[in-house]
Amino acid sequence: MSAGSSTVHQGISRAVILVALMLFAVLPLLSMLTAALAPQNSTPPGLAWPEDPQWNNFVDAWTAANLSALFRSSVLIVLGVVPAAVAMATAAGYGLAQLNIPGGKLVNALLLVGLTLPFEALITPLYYNIRSMGLLGTRWAVILPLIGLLMPFGVFWMRSSFLTAETALTEAAKIDGANPWQIFRQIQLPLAVPAVSALTILFFLATWNQYLLPLVLIDDPTMRTVAGGLGAFQGEHGTNIALLCAGSLLIIAPSLIVFLFFQRHFVRALLQGAVK
Amino acid sequence: MWVAPALIMYSVFVLYPLGQSVQFSFYKWDGIGPATPAGLDNWRAIFTEPELFGSVINAFILIIFYTALPVSLGLVTASLIRELRVGTFNTAARVVLFIPQVLPPVAAGIAWTWMFSTEGLVNQALRAVGLESLTRAWLGDFTFALPAVGVIGFWLSLGFCTVLLLSGIGKIDPSLYEAARLDGAGRIAEFFAVTLPGLRQEIAVCATITTIAALASFDVVQIATQGGPGYQTMVPGVEIYRLTFLEQRIGQASALAVFLAALVLLVIWPIQRIGRHE
Repeated sequence: MSAGSSTVHQGISRAVILVALMLFAVLPLLSMLTAALAPQNSTPPGLAWPEDPQWNNFVDAWTAANLSALFRSSVLIVLGVVPAAVAMATAAGYGLAQLNIPGGKLVNALLLVGLTLPFEALITPLYYNIRSMGLLGTRWAVILPLIGLLMPFGVFWMRSSFLTAETALTEAAKIDGANPWQIFRQIQLPLAVPAVSALTILFFLATWNQYLLPLVLIDDPTMRTVAGGLGAFQGEHGTNIALLCAGSLLIIAPSLIVFLFFQRHFVRALLQGAVK
Repeated sequence: MWVAPALIMYSVFVLYPLGQSVQFSFYKWDGIGPATPAGLDNWRAIFTEPELFGSVINAFILIIFYTALPVSLGLVTASLIRELRVGTFNTAARVVLFIPQVLPPVAAGIAWTWMFSTEGLVNQALRAVGLESLTRAWLGDFTFALPAVGVIGFWLSLGFCTVLLLSGIGKIDPSLYEAARLDGAGRIAEFFAVTLPGLRQEIAVCATITTIAALASFDVVQIATQGGPGYQTMVPGVEIYRLTFLEQRIGQASALAVFLAALVLLVIWPIQRIGRHE
């Protein structure tokens, strides 16, 4: 009896703690939503449902922030970065883990240097190099450096996945005379699908949320990523709270929807990514 | 062959610019005219120019908010809840707690700029409980701007740390807790004897990721305060950006950039060792 009531008691206090934490996590977003529905150029209260919700603000913000162009641009940058970066990281991870590549140790050591490197540490020379390549202001200015910057994490991620891969099948295939490419295609790659898809999710997030590179390397906000464009939008409409909040929510929405859709994979990927 | 594409991209866009940063750091250059050798001047300035040294100090203060508080609170929460059982409510909790980590940090910056504004939710809450006298424009306040930026970082880190620590505590062998209880350990003793050692790896991971986020913060600060008021919330990331693109002091920016990269390594090193040590 007493054991039972203490379990119930624990269950309730657990729920209370979790609900409090959840509220803290969504409060800023709720506050933005109520402000987004207030009349434009007014000073809405921090959190109160407006008497006459102005859903039209979202339409105005869509036009004001030029969101059609911004989303198209983000998708192009993601398509330029993610497939190439995942393919390169997978190939390199496989090479370093499974094939005895000369200088493999040196490559590992070189990549380790980049693992904790803040992007800001490279932005100054990157700007001048991209400019002398004549790429400044184009989407390549973000795509190419970002692929390079994602390599250390990606290669280590895929390498550790291939290091723990099973060896019996591989050995059997070698005896049958399979070459490294066949072993990779037919045995190792299918086994690595979970690691590859997790890496795809992480790279997608890193690209979609990227702010510094587009800010510095692409002048025209409509050619940047969504995050880069959001910063410019704040600069222009900082005083029009309703419009700013509506625009921000529209820009957040796709990441949120993608996250909720793939939430199981997202959480697992982020937790795995963290522990490795 | 296998490694070449990754290695080429990495060399061209990371290793080579890193080398250039080191080289630039010994020159005085405005980005247009000829560069003149400056010896160690740029490096000395990091410690003697209050604005530069202050940005480094601020980055360390942010570690309290980005790392120390979320990890401590996450530990307390994890040991109170012990495990996230399977179930709709717990899945929902996990998802909601993760939201701050998934949004662009820029969006977090905008949301919290609104929260901290004169009419924002923070002041509204203070007025509601009769603390009208405490209300202010938090991000424009010389004393409170840095802690306010810290709160944004705290919000970004907390859910991630909590979920990671919860998933870690679920993996601790329950028999360890029973053994501790049989030995007469209270909740506090149990926490130090079982939970803390059992979560060593997860704590190290949380601390590593959030410390890097604190030292290398850029997005949130650039959106919320741009380093101001004055230089109260200036951090190395924003200062590097300002020095390069607003003040045209390329050499100085490069020295700070290399210093920041080294600083991150230096701070992460001991955390990693604690995590590995069994």
